[in-house]
Amino acid sequence: MGHEPVGPRASPDAAVAGTAFYDAVEAAAAALYLRALVDVPPDVREALRQAYERERHSVSRQLLGIILRNIEIADERRTLVCQDTGTPIYYLRAGTGLYLDGARVADALRRGTERATREHSLRSSVCHPVTRENPQTNTGYRIPAIHWEFAAGADYLEVLCVPKGSGSESMTFLRMLPPADGVAGIRRAVLESAVEAGANPCPPCIVGVGIGGTADQCVALAKRASVRRLGTRNPDPEVAALEGELLEAVNRLGIGPQGLGGDTTALGVHVEHAYTHITHNPVAVNMQCWRGLRATGRVRADGRTEIET
Amino acid sequence: MAGIPLTTPLREADLRPLRAGDWVSLSGTVFGVRDATLMRICDRGVAPPVDLRGAVLLHTAPNVRRVGDRYEPISVGTTTSTRMNRFTAPLLERHGVRAVVGKGGLLEDSVEAMRAHGAVYLTIVGGAAAWETQHVEAIEAVYWEDLMPECLWQFRVRDLGPLLVSIDSHGESLYARVRDDARRRLQGLLGGGA
Ligand code: SF4
Repeated sequence: MGHEPVGPRASPDAAVAGTAFYDAVEAAAAALYLRALVDVPPDVREALRQAYERERHSVSRQLLGIILRNIEIADERRTLVCQDTGTPIYYLRAGTGLYLDGARVADALRRGTERATREHSLRSSVCHPVTRENPQTNTGYRIPAIHWEFAAGADYLEVLCVPKGSGSESMTFLRMLPPADGVAGIRRAVLESAVEAGANPCPPCIVGVGIGGTADQCVALAKRASVRRLGTRNPDPEVAALEGELLEAVNRLGIGPQGLGGDTTALGVHVEHAYTHITHNPVAVNMQCWRGLRATGRVRADGRTEIET
Repeated sequence: MAGIPLTTPLREADLRPLRAGDWVSLSGTVFGVRDATLMRICDRGVAPPVDLRGAVLLHTAPNVRRVGDRYEPISVGTTTSTRMNRFTAPLLERHGVRAVVGKGGLLEDSVEAMRAHGAVYLTIVGGAAAWETQHVEAIEAVYWEDLMPECLWQFRVRDLGPLLVSIDSHGESLYARVRDDARRRLQGLLGGGA
């Protein structure tokens, strides 16, 4: 991933998305938003179980035990894992084998978000930044946030929903470092951010790191990295090695579950990078809490939808 | 482990014996508050509609369902306390609050206020709302509905816990201890490998 050329032309035999497709995108948005709130992804569950087994501090073990128990209760009762319904974000990968209308997709995602909010009595966590007025829909001007990527040849639209919780999102950091700071500067930025974040983002976290690009790109890459599946590595071997090193270093800080000390501060450190200007080396950090809020689905031209389990 | 049982309203004598690292569980009434509620009370000086002497506050904004003229809890969880830190001292001093339940911890001035007034900060696991909601028996009353979802919520809880005493009334904060330790380790890691 990450290395395909962006923007290959839609193939001449691409399927044309019709009304059934946009209806299905709306339904998928509603289903994925809810799923991301009531379910914990399998890789995150497994990592939490391993952290519990490994933990040597009795207080932290007890806290991790409550996290595991909480996941069981949410499973049994099909209820929200955490109360924060987040800021809805959709990451899209549009296959070039599909002709679609981007504005209609954005509209369908908004309607799906509002539908899930209404039908499941979800708390509206979204408001106007100046008046603080809450429309009670979990949507508003420029929300849901939508990111587009493209997949050469694919005949579907992939939708990754991330209702980003505020405790972890508030712990976002950006530094425009000079080139001379090198890899040591990246390492320092990540570790200092983890200490600064401390207990706030509900550790153990998935630490997302963006390196390079422009300032806005760099923060977006950090967020993108934080929602990557645990166990996946950056395809560039140099960067993948850095991920491993950073994970070990972050866990040596001893911040631990809930910031009350212990062996596991991070379940993973993921890095996404982009080429950058010769004069700087931007580093961004964005935290994903232990919730691992995300759900993915694929919608085809005729409206057929698969939700990843 | 259920923890030492506490019943609201709390008295100073209930809290002074507690030490950082103890576990407790709460039964009785807990008031849910958040940024908008606290700004109204502390910044705009609006008198709270309930008596907060001996009260337990929970940093939350729940998911609820309206049934007739009542609300039922769907998901009651806990939000980060740190950003509401500055409200703590006035709540203890002027309103007689005795305990705050939250996640993420409070800062030095709140640790000092808790020492001075005989109050504690109790950590509940952040994000564990499904678990937390099981201990909420009912929403007894809701005040300031115009702030939805950041109203002043009155919950009845039973055996809410185990909750960790992470800031006690003797100036001890587990958060400060871990943070200081992390800063020391950070210096070691940067000095060693940078
Ligand atoms: S940081 Fe995550 S787990 Fe913690 S309260 Fe927010 S959304 Fe929930």
